[in-house]
Amino acid sequence: MSEANYAHNVSYLDYKGQYKGLLGWIFSTDHKRIGLLYLYTMLAFFSVGAILGLLMKTELIAPGNTLMGPQTYNAFFTLHGIIMIFVIVVPGLPAVFGNFFLPIMIGAKDVAFPRLNLLSWWLYVLGILIVLTSQFLGDGPPDTGWTFYAPYSFRTPANVLPAVFGAFVMGFSSILTGINFVVTIHRMRAPGMTWFKMPLFPWTLYGTAWIQILATPVIGITLLLIVAERILGIGIFDPALGGDPILYQHLFWIYSHPAVYIMILPGMGVISEVIPVFSRKTIFGYKAIVLSTMAIAFVGYFVWGHHMFTSGMSGRALYTFSFLTFLVAIPSAIKVFNWVSTMHKGSLDMQTPFYWAVSFIFVFMIGGLTGLVLGSLATNVHVHDTHFVVAHFHYIVFGGTGFAFMAAIHYWFPKMFGRMYDLGWANLGWGIFFIGFNTLYLPMFFLGIQGMPRRYYDYLPDFHGGNIISSLGAWVMISGIVIIFANLIRSARYGQKTTEKNPWGGKTLEWQVDTPPTLENFEEIPVIEKGPYDFED
Amino acid sequence: MSQEKHHIVSYKTHVFVLLALLVLTALSVAITRVELGPLNTAAALLIACIKATIVLAWFMHLKFESRFFTVMVSAVIILFLLVILVTFFDYSYR
Ligand code: HEM
Ligand SMILES: [Cu+2]
Repeated sequence: MSEANYAHNVSYLDYKGQYKGLLGWIFSTDHKRIGLLYLYTMLAFFSVGAILGLLMKTELIAPGNTLMGPQTYNAFFTLHGIIMIFVIVVPGLPAVFGNFFLPIMIGAKDVAFPRLNLLSWWLYVLGILIVLTSQFLGDGPPDTGWTFYAPYSFRTPANVLPAVFGAFVMGFSSILTGINFVVTIHRMRAPGMTWFKMPLFPWTLYGTAWIQILATPVIGITLLLIVAERILGIGIFDPALGGDPILYQHLFWIYSHPAVYIMILPGMGVISEVIPVFSRKTIFGYKAIVLSTMAIAFVGYFVWGHHMFTSGMSGRALYTFSFLTFLVAIPSAIKVFNWVSTMHKGSLDMQTPFYWAVSFIFVFMIGGLTGLVLGSLATNVHVHDTHFVVAHFHYIVFGGTGFAFMAAIHYWFPKMFGRMYDLGWANLGWGIFFIGFNTLYLPMFFLGIQGMPRRYYDYLPDFHGGNIISSLGAWVMISGIVIIFANLIRSARYGQKTTEKNPWGGKTLEWQVDTPPTLENFEEIPVIEKGPYDFED
Repeated sequence: MSQEKHHIVSYKTHVFVLLALLVLTALSVAITRVELGPLNTAAALLIACIKATIVLAWFMHLKFESRFFTVMVSAVIILFLLVILVTFFDYSYR
């Protein structure tokens, strides 16, 4: 009993369980500690991925071989893509902030399956290690790009198998997290928290979790087929054996398009949390946001073909997919309107998380509108596989998910660590990052329209101008990242201590528990009576 | 939890289900002998679907769970069918 009391009063950071030190973390089944484990792992690998990106951009600062040759460049963008997609943005927000805050926000003591949760993290790390071995084993680092397109992926002599298998293992981690969240949300909401009283971040996690459960197995099987194709030569994708490489693209994008919603939906959830709090206003159109979340999760399954417009699909399939792609823009636009309407006539509190949230809307709009250019057949054929695409997906994926991640960490940081970061440095970091980001990616749209292809280590002198700007932007952006991370890491250890429960004046449950939360979050499970964003009082 | 009723399926039902599955398996072998053209695949898939439904309903207990699960499982299966359908939409017009 005394052990239990102890757990009630001590923060999860100080709690001493069965193991001490590092073991107390990697064997912990506490959802908050697992969230931080993910956070640290991601921080480490994001640094690797960002350095690779920076090296690529530096190579592209001038035509000709500046830093590296073609094969190294191929290996770099492959590893960069694998790390950024499978290690950072797919698990990103759900694994870190979902793990940490989902149970608290719905009034639960933990997720439904705490051990499964820990297993997910272990599998995740195992998957990363397997991918990394591909860099050092026998036949040289994989050079297929993160999409592993057939037939190249089973023809290249490079070391594709470990990379594919590592991605497969990480897929399992993703599925397990999804299952865990769905069950948690179904079974563990606090009494009185009906579906439509649930905060929006948990709602987006719910939509995401379903995509994780239903779409990830497809990529798992596809990757296994690549393995089978390489080892046994069964001829599913190999045209020489009567297979069909387009089938590979179908299967790959049946997962990977919904996966971009795995990346972006939780980001939208975070923004929907931050905007009302810093506008001191109930979110506009709560139900519309919920429904558009579920609509995106559903329609997002049927638009994968827009990645294959130039691959040789049938004409009818082409315009069907184009039409469906336009449909998915509607619910996303609904959300943007809701956020903007929430800010309208609110009393805006200009703080770091709010800066991130507003700039999220900005970059997300650029990413989304250029997505329409890619979604219409005629324009797509012109810019397909050019830098236009690279710009588009960085605006959406890095702009969207990355900005939301930054909003989330600056919003929840005091709650997570019981310390405050330096506001001045945080805002400076945001400013530099924002400028760098746009300088880096905006010119790529123009380069793409001019016809500069992607995945090339070299280019014609005509493209030099845009590339200089873009490459300098990469350095500016990285400086911003360094400032932001240095500030956060330093503050997590030495920042001003705080036990204030609700520094921003939020209304959701995580702002009613201790700072930092205790092991079991709530001494008594709260009873919910009001909706989540009740700023009217 | 202990309040929930655990429906026990009788041996007799299990035997019937088993028999049904065996008969359907035999049928799906037999149908390959009939010349149906492309409909052969459709017939084989249809039989397989019936078998899967039987397994889901009795062996996996879906018949005795709340309606909610039936709806969820059907929704997922429909989603899956739609995805397959859209994929073959491309193939059939190529
Ligand atoms: C940190 C700064 C970053 C820089 C400097 C950078 C730069 C680059 C460059 C130069 C390419 C290769 C383009 C080409 O030759 O086709 C690339 C590709 C890519 N990047 Fe980034 N990037 C950064 C961050 C990110 C982030 C955060 C993500 C994920 C959200 C990401 C995801 C990707 C993906 C998926 C590709 C595609 C690889 C492919 O061509 O298949 N990048 N990036
Ligand atoms: Cu897509």
